[in-house]
Amino acid sequence: MPTVTVDQQYLFEALGRTYTTDEFRELCFEFGIELEEDTSELAMAIEQIGEAAARAQGLSDKPLYKIDIPANRYDLLSPEGIARSLRIFLGKTKPPTYTVVKPKKGKTMQRIVVKPETAQIRPHVVGAVLRNMTFTPANYESFIALQDKLHTNICRKRTLVAIGTHDLDTLQGPFTYEALAPEKIAFKALNQEKSMAVPELFEHYRTKDKHIGKFLHIIEHSPVYPLILDAKRTVCSLPPIINGDHSKITLKTKNVFIECTATDLTKAKIVLNTIIATFSQYCATPFTVEPVEVVYPDGATHVYPDVSPRNMTAEIDYITSAIGVTLTPAQVVDYLERMSLPATLSADQKQVEVSVPITRSDILHACDIMEDVAIAYGFNNIPKTVPAVNTVGKPLPINKLSDLVRRELALSGFSEVLPLTLCSSDENYAYLRRADPGDEAVVLANPKTVEYQVVRTTLLPGILKTLRENKSRPLPLQVFEVSDIVLRDESLERRARNERRVAVAYANKNSGFEVIHGVLGRVMKMLNVPTSEYRIAESHHDTFFPGRQADILYRDQVIGQFGILHPEVVANFEVLLPVTVLEINLEPFL
Amino acid sequence: MTAPTSEELALHILATLDQDGRIATTAGLKYEDQLVDGQVLHGALSSLERREMITFTPLEEERWVLTAEGDEIAAHGSHEAKVFAAVPAGDEGISIADLTAAVGADVAKIGQGKAFKNKWIGKAGASGRLVRLVESVDDVTQADLVEIRDSATHKNAKTLAELKKRKLCDKVKVTYYAVDKAAKFATDLVKQATDLTLDMITSGAWKNLDFKRYNFDALGQEPAGGHLHPLMKVREEFRQIFFEMGFEEMPANRYVESSFWNFDALFQPQQHPARDMHDTFFLKSPATSDRYPRATMEAVKQVHSHGGFGSIGYGYDWKEAEAEKLLLRTHTTAVSSHMLYQLANQPGGFKPAKLFSIDRVFRNETVDATHLAEFHQVEGVIADVGMTLGDLIGFINVFCQKMGVTNVRFKPAYNPYTEPSMEIFSYHAGLGKWVEIGNSGMFRPEMLRPLGLPENVRVIAWGLSLERPTMIKYGIDNIRELLGHKCDLEMIQNNPICRLDKKMGREN
Repeated sequence: MPTVTVDQQYLFEALGRTYTTDEFRELCFEFGIELEEDTSELAMAIEQIGEAAARAQGLSDKPLYKIDIPANRYDLLSPEGIARSLRIFLGKTKPPTYTVVKPKKGKTMQRIVVKPETAQIRPHVVGAVLRNMTFTPANYESFIALQDKLHTNICRKRTLVAIGTHDLDTLQGPFTYEALAPEKIAFKALNQEKSMAVPELFEHYRTKDKHIGKFLHIIEHSPVYPLILDAKRTVCSLPPIINGDHSKITLKTKNVFIECTATDLTKAKIVLNTIIATFSQYCATPFTVEPVEVVYPDGATHVYPDVSPRNMTAEIDYITSAIGVTLTPAQVVDYLERMSLPATLSADQKQVEVSVPITRSDILHACDIMEDVAIAYGFNNIPKTVPAVNTVGKPLPINKLSDLVRRELALSGFSEVLPLTLCSSDENYAYLRRADPGDEAVVLANPKTVEYQVVRTTLLPGILKTLRENKSRPLPLQVFEVSDIVLRDESLERRARNERRVAVAYANKNSGFEVIHGVLGRVMKMLNVPTSEYRIAESHHDTFFPGRQADILYRDQVIGQFGILHPEVVANFEVLLPVTVLEINLEPFL
Repeated sequence: MTAPTSEELALHILATLDQDGRIATTAGLKYEDQLVDGQVLHGALSSLERREMITFTPLEEERWVLTAEGDEIAAHGSHEAKVFAAVPAGDEGISIADLTAAVGADVAKIGQGKAFKNKWIGKAGASGRLVRLVESVDDVTQADLVEIRDSATHKNAKTLAELKKRKLCDKVKVTYYAVDKAAKFATDLVKQATDLTLDMITSGAWKNLDFKRYNFDALGQEPAGGHLHPLMKVREEFRQIFFEMGFEEMPANRYVESSFWNFDALFQPQQHPARDMHDTFFLKSPATSDRYPRATMEAVKQVHSHGGFGSIGYGYDWKEAEAEKLLLRTHTTAVSSHMLYQLANQPGGFKPAKLFSIDRVFRNETVDATHLAEFHQVEGVIADVGMTLGDLIGFINVFCQKMGVTNVRFKPAYNPYTEPSMEIFSYHAGLGKWVEIGNSGMFRPEMLRPLGLPENVRVIAWGLSLERPTMIKYGIDNIRELLGHKCDLEMIQNNPICRLDKKMGREN
């Protein structure tokens, strides 16, 4: 969940009143954001580096709110966005109307010409111009922070979309969007001392600037790198890595050229619109934006941005019946307005027609409109009802059988253990003196923890590891587990299946072979299996000690084994006690 | 001569009492001329008191005792006396080396100093040999220590202080007892029976026997027997709640899932962060499966990339290659999505259902005190025509009440497959704030319709982890001590039964 840091004073001024921390936390709770922390630059530094060091840095103790916002609300990724949405939620203002304004007479629209080579690396570009902006230190900081947050979230660390913002007055349109071989590109990148060829620049980022170095992988594999150039072939940006230093935004910048290059066009448009929605309020004519024309290699042209609201219709009856409240159509409209969704009613008052603004890209379906009505109404004000669904409760048969067997094993003096399902390949095979047949166990592709390599095909590794951790406890150790193992099975949709197993272990200074043999008899008796239906037959598995092991057969099918574990097996698991185990498949008894 | 047994000492005490009427203090009490050890004495007195033969009250007293070194000196003389004894009479004297050999280095060193100071010995001219200066000596230190040993004090307080400084004696607090006769006083110990036996009942001997008083302060014997795991006890409580409310258990015994059922069918976009390699265990083998129902796959693809059923969709290029990737399910909702598919496609069409599961899920997390790569999820799903958000809120309220959670409220949240989505918060009196206990919501039409469910069917669902309430109920701070092989058998054996609706007194 993204976190946005907001100046408390800024927020209180926007909301026209002050709040105590608890009051503000409640407001956030109702609206669906979360006040994570009431803090300050100083307090945050104290937490990280300690009181003395933090105070020495002379940081501000100006109160700040850290606010968690939902992952699909890009319009709330800035203090501006949060303040405006809360003002609207509190009924203090109406949602703004955004307008595209063509350039003044005699001026031509800015244009980006797309070259065909870009198709192989980053095919899409969109753009817009914000005219006559007034930057202050505060909104400048917010402008940079929003781009950062967008890059991290919707842009998926710049893989899907990358934003470049430029001082338009330093550049000369029309622009081109090209893709060139890296060695053919040289420019002075943002905040660099000198112009560098791209291979040199990349080496610099890779070794000296990890913050940017982590994005190199996005284009590095490609023979050509994407590039935004102006008419004088000044490099505006090398997306998604870095902008040019030449066109960087300063506090004096008036006209801002925004370009977003992307592999996902839908998201590029959302990102562009989010920047416009958040910062066009600082234009001389607030909430206006100048368009940019994108010319594709095939001659097709698109004009961006599209800031017109999207129309969406929802049945009033659907909204109220899904929430479970009675509302007049006018109330529905009123609640939607508070959620920044301007709406009107159809002639017959049965439908609400919502003009979804560019801020609300999260609205995909009428259910999103219904949810916003519910939030504005207040989740906690909705009358509590109980669903009138008449159904009969029923356990899953294998779980019911497992629970009955678990109880019998506990009654027989064994304690239930619950090891993990994931283990190393050695624990599952080599340590048990078994060869890996290669097509039995499910193998993980990308585990973060090295010892997780396979899903166990037997309960023994977990049982033995539990005994190892408990070998200082008074003997004998008597444990059991009734859980699933996973086996590959090509006959099934998921190419694997779970199997419910029962494992019982006895560890003492002597083997306890008879004890485990007795447990087997007990389990069979409890499962009401007549002695004519099961038998044991001496077996020759390497996991067990020779001559002290047997296969267990139920209706002539082998369903498991019991026996004294081979001394090398207990040594491999560092148990160092004679251990006798029983493991059977429970599913034949369903 | 050996120390007396408790029984011998008891008889001795009874005899003394019989003779003297009472024992004012056991300070001087001797058994066969030996002072009696305090612990043995207390044992004997307690045993007699339990038989109601005597009563006794403790008397605290200060007492001087000798240190090991003091004891040695009392028995064999002071270092200086030993040195004096080792120096022969006459002018010949003894060399320092011979003296050291005779009495040992420590004694020679300390004893020489003292003997010089006392002017008992001196050095003989140029030879440097040690000679006697007096004919005989009076070993005062030894005499003083003997006095302390025998009387536990000394008439001269200064001497005591000096000897204490020399670490030869010390002051200790000791407990003596005043002993009196009680109701069942006798000079003989009648053997007491400790237990009622079959023989006594058969022979009737129990009628004439004196039974030893039971020590009610001692612990009883632990019953032999096995134990269920605390996590499974909590699971059992949740199962009961679901059964009481008419829920059917889903077949969640399927850890391997395709991305299709785990993500795509839940309208989770393919670029969603949860689908990153960082969070999900994908499989090396088997790596993929495209055996999901094709028609459903086409419907899912359509709704993701272009929308449908009233939705604009996500507008991206949906790739089947992503959906085919097999994984270990990241949530039990993967089971729910498949169950809803079956509910829609069963003979006779959709029927209302209440479903639940409590089973393992897998996350590719770095393991720490609150995160494991596998844990259990509790999930409930209700599908019916015309369900409302009020139903979900009301239902969760009832469910939480059965869990013993009475103060619940809901916060708007975001989840790709539910709309509305609500986080469930309960008021934690200990922390004095609202804490999140679970998630809930109404499944999106973009998820339900491609699975084949009719338009008017709404599905509500909620989920929580099983480990979290277990750790809270049992006061366990480290999840690794609950689930996995690092779990202590003693913890399993000693944790009480779980009653979700009662305070257990260990909640953290």
